[in-house]
Amino acid sequence: MPRIFVYVPPSGGVVDDTPAELLAAARQIAGPEACVTAVVTGWGAELDAACEQLCAYFGEIWKIAQETLVYPNAELVRQALAAVLPRGCILLVPHNHFGVDLSPGLSIKMDAAFVSDVLEIEGLEGDWLKLVRQEFGGQVSTHVRCDVSAGAVLNVRPGAFQPLDAPPVSGQVHDVAVGPLAARRRYLSTIAAEAGDVDITKYKILVSIGRGIQDPDNIAIAQELAEVLGGAVSCSRPVVDARWLDKSRQVGSSGKTVKPKVYLACGISGSFQHLSGIKGNPFLVAINKNPKAPIFRVADAGIVDDLLEFLPELTNQVREERGVPAK
Amino acid sequence: MDFRSPAEATYWLVEGRALFLFLYFLGTACFAWIVAKRLAPLWRAQPDPRFDRPLARLMNVARYWFGQWRHPRYPVSGALHILLFTGFLILALRAFALLIYGIDAKFIMPGGPMYGVVRDYAATVVFFVVVIAAIRRLVFPPARFGKDRPADAVFLLALIGVLMAADAFFEGARAAAQNEPVTFLSLSWMAKSTLLHVSASWHRNFYLGAYLVHGLTFFFLLCYRPFGIQFHVETSLFGIYFAKLDREQLKPVRWGVADAHIDQVKSFGVKTLEDFTWKHLLDFYSCADCGRCSDQCPSNAVGRPLSPRQFTIKSRDYCFQHYPITGQTGNGKPLIGAIYSEDEIWSCTTCGACEAECPLLVEYIDKIVDLRRGMVDGGRVPQAMQKPLKALESRGNPFGKMQKKRADWAQGTAPVLNGNGTRTGTLYFVDSITSYDERIQSIGRATAKVLARAGVEFGILGPAERDSGHDVRRFGEEMLFLALRDYNTEAIRASGVNRIVTADPHAYNTLKHDYRDVPPVEHISQAIARDVRAGKLRLQPLADSTATYTYHDPCYLGRHNQVFDDPREVLDAIPGLKRVEMSRCRDRSFCCGGGGLALFYEPKEEERMGVKRVRMAADAGASVIVTACPFCMVNIEDAIKVAGMEGKMSAIDLAELVEKQTKGD
Amino acid sequence: MDILVCARRVPDTSENEIALNSAGDDIEREDLVYSVNEPDNYAVEEALQIVQRIGGEVTVVTVGGEDDEEILRREMAMGVQHGVLISDETFMDADGKGIARILEAFVKKGHYDLILTGVQAEDGAAQVGGMLAAMLDYPFASLVNSIEVLDGGKLRIGREIEGGSREINEIDLPCVLSIQTGINEPRYVGMRGIRQVASVPIPTLGATQLAVVPEAPKVKRIDYFVPPAGKGAAMLSGNREEMAAKLVEMLKAKGGLN
Repeated sequence: MPRIFVYVPPSGGVVDDTPAELLAAARQIAGPEACVTAVVTGWGAELDAACEQLCAYFGEIWKIAQETLVYPNAELVRQALAAVLPRGCILLVPHNHFGVDLSPGLSIKMDAAFVSDVLEIEGLEGDWLKLVRQEFGGQVSTHVRCDVSAGAVLNVRPGAFQPLDAPPVSGQVHDVAVGPLAARRRYLSTIAAEAGDVDITKYKILVSIGRGIQDPDNIAIAQELAEVLGGAVSCSRPVVDARWLDKSRQVGSSGKTVKPKVYLACGISGSFQHLSGIKGNPFLVAINKNPKAPIFRVADAGIVDDLLEFLPELTNQVREERGVPAK
Repeated sequence: MDFRSPAEATYWLVEGRALFLFLYFLGTACFAWIVAKRLAPLWRAQPDPRFDRPLARLMNVARYWFGQWRHPRYPVSGALHILLFTGFLILALRAFALLIYGIDAKFIMPGGPMYGVVRDYAATVVFFVVVIAAIRRLVFPPARFGKDRPADAVFLLALIGVLMAADAFFEGARAAAQNEPVTFLSLSWMAKSTLLHVSASWHRNFYLGAYLVHGLTFFFLLCYRPFGIQFHVETSLFGIYFAKLDREQLKPVRWGVADAHIDQVKSFGVKTLEDFTWKHLLDFYSCADCGRCSDQCPSNAVGRPLSPRQFTIKSRDYCFQHYPITGQTGNGKPLIGAIYSEDEIWSCTTCGACEAECPLLVEYIDKIVDLRRGMVDGGRVPQAMQKPLKALESRGNPFGKMQKKRADWAQGTAPVLNGNGTRTGTLYFVDSITSYDERIQSIGRATAKVLARAGVEFGILGPAERDSGHDVRRFGEEMLFLALRDYNTEAIRASGVNRIVTADPHAYNTLKHDYRDVPPVEHISQAIARDVRAGKLRLQPLADSTATYTYHDPCYLGRHNQVFDDPREVLDAIPGLKRVEMSRCRDRSFCCGGGGLALFYEPKEEERMGVKRVRMAADAGASVIVTACPFCMVNIEDAIKVAGMEGKMSAIDLAELVEKQTKGD
Repeated sequence: MDILVCARRVPDTSENEIALNSAGDDIEREDLVYSVNEPDNYAVEEALQIVQRIGGEVTVVTVGGEDDEEILRREMAMGVQHGVLISDETFMDADGKGIARILEAFVKKGHYDLILTGVQAEDGAAQVGGMLAAMLDYPFASLVNSIEVLDGGKLRIGREIEGGSREINEIDLPCVLSIQTGINEPRYVGMRGIRQVASVPIPTLGATQLAVVPEAPKVKRIDYFVPPAGKGAAMLSGNREEMAAKLVEMLKAKGGLN
């Protein structure tokens, strides 16, 4: 059994499920008893706090502290990890903007295999790790097997692995030193996304529109429903790419993360990048003309209909229900 | 007192004849120079074969130039202009005669007393018309005149007034001095009456002075006209003579280059001024800035950046600037960005309202299409339209749907032709939107059922059909259009039909005018009207006769192809159907928003065209809009929702209505 | 600046028409429409805009077979100066790492200041760019949505990160960047453009010219499948009014209506 490591990227102080998910994924490979080591990089108080948090999940934490690592620059982290990780180990990394930056190159430096965006880990059979991935934007799934005899780096899809119900452990933190890191890519600054007129993260009910809205003039239909429900209109990436709505309305991995109670996905196909922006397990309703849209696999309720026809009908009925007169 | 010809008088030590000879020579030389400079860009422009069919062209001149055929469409302006124009024609003889009189003392004014009277009244009318026109321009301008350029217009009107007055004082002075009769209540009469109160010694001064003023004004006007809208006085005759005879034939990429050899053309479309044809440049000169085109233009009405009139005037000013009377002629710089914006050119729905309205027969659609060809050639296509164009190329429809599903809409109502027909039977050409749009598919099924009920043996091409390419061509993607056309032509000919019918006016228009070597095509409304007349289709009375219906003329059925009456006949043949006309109907119909690629373009506008149209229907008292085009249906039904008129207004296609009102089997 | 763009020909997936074939061992490829991978097209446009500003040439390379030549021609119709096809029987089963090795060998034969790839292709792996950079030992950045050329052989780039924010970095040339869609507005190329480059020769390189022997892939796709419906959505039935009514009830129950 190869040693299992997970890398937990700095989260800027935000407490989320990443460590627990990575641990759950690691357990799928190694079993419930094996030791899983978490590796973290950074500097100062933030790094110390992160280590403390991780102590509840992992028996062993490798802490790589260096001032150059105060901002998670994947180029530097890659050098650090390649230097400290033992040959033949399996490393799990979240599949997000950082993991995409870090892992492919790291697998080459470690001379290990690499699998991206893993959804399920079926188990280890000798040297072969059996995994499940998706292709074509989630339209089909594939069984994949990966030769881990020389180690592997696996990018794990956020939210795909449910945190385990395990009692907390008390992990040991080890300081690990690395030499100077050559910075041929230097972090300068972060430009925060512009705040739009509406903060969708504050709403309990979201009427979210996708490509199926077809025309920016039809957004009014979603807006009416949102108003009558006391919610807001949000959207998926294609709507922002087409410049029909401001970026501040986008839900997804490159947009906002929302935790509403009710999420109406209208004309949204259900790519994982979009779904990864929805947390907290809301009541997810999918309205889509295409019965094969991947979103129906994850929604709680599904309606196969043209959203341009269904939403006005729904709006009318909600109005009646609430005794609000039609405009 | 000497009131012989001014030729023999002395103007400040110069003999009249010499003075006027010099003036005429100078004036004519100036004019010739100016006209030569104005013609310069035309020599550099692209070819345009307009020298054929002289008889047909003369008929156009008789109708549109002499007959002022388009003018009464705006009654007040029309009346004013007809009077002015008629006056000009009558006075033309007078003007030249008067000029000759200044260099030939023995010249007798032609026409005799009869002409004299007519001429006097004509001049009076012209004078008062220019006064009214000037007041109208300054004080009560109609909206379409726009907010700028009244100074130039008023100046020119004033000059015409001066010309009339000068002539009047010339006659009036002599009549006053020699107590001759003048035509009663004419301008000359008023001049004479005024001069009777002036001392006699002044009569000769007025006589000679007015003559000089007349000559100077005449030549000033002559040389000034080519600098502005008044150039249309000279160019209109040529513009109308050379007007396009085959209105529905889109200009090819280059005249003289066959479609098969189109690869030889180095640059497609209009990018610089010289890429226009000489006739297009002549059009720019001929615009009288009347604003009727923009008044009718639906894009302009909804606040898109396009105004046909501004388009022409801008182009004219660009011509003047880059081909000036004196100085360097301009080099070929791109027009898009310099005087036109991309959005402006993409905003046009090619509805043709501008061309239907222009009294000078200025052409627009060919220019817009040529500019689009230029943009496409340079890769400047809005992102929103790149996807449908790619889909048209790879899947034969702009929606990106699968080719093999193209006939799924039929659900048994329309058999697919198998390609070994024997020159009999009818092809129902469905086209893309009816094949793939769920709502519009019911128009397809209704059309098929109606054809069956009328006993027509027909079929569809099914998965072998591609988009007709009508709007691909009009949006400037000529190569893709040719590919679609070639493909469809082969499929149509292989099917062996001898007749094509379609419910899509865009398909109808292109099959009729852009395609070659295909069987004759008609629109379903024409077929239905004929079958109703022949008794093959019996229309049942309406179950609910409370609704009021109105017919919306689709641009490509009505205005472009003159099919106005057949659909109306069909509607009127339905017992119990109450029908009203919108004030903008027939060739003044208001575009619904456009079809084909226009559905994908995202314009910047204040309101949708469809919304305006739906309100027009409501204003006419209608509650149901009947249309005969799938794109009109999409736009109008959308507009009903956007305008919040659901429940108060609905739309139905003619074929759907006929299907409802005929008995099935 | 000499820029290399690595492109790939992929099936068009926007119509949600990817399905399993009847044998169940692959997707149904018969009616698929192929075109250049969208992020790669954005990368080509970006490269063209850079050389238009500061001079240089763009080369587009793809690893595949005869069918893949069409995307090279399309990108050449956009204005790319050189198109190269890398094709060999031994390359046919290459996985992402294998393709990166092949590209590494190609890059080493030439000289490129900047190498661009699209952020990911149809398999969603997003790996070739990062691997290629590590093999060449060039710095790398993914999800790039802005590029500014600085003096002294450096670029200022923006990366798209969570929340829609943009991370600004400075990176030394030569480097590898993977480009995200939306970085620019690609120009249109139509049939005419492609016809004009139809007879331009496209060199093809094989294993011997590149002197690369692909390793056995460590990652193998075993099959395609569609997961059983299982826990999917409760699909509402009935006509529109009925479905809306049921949904209203459900919303009330879930607290969405108070």
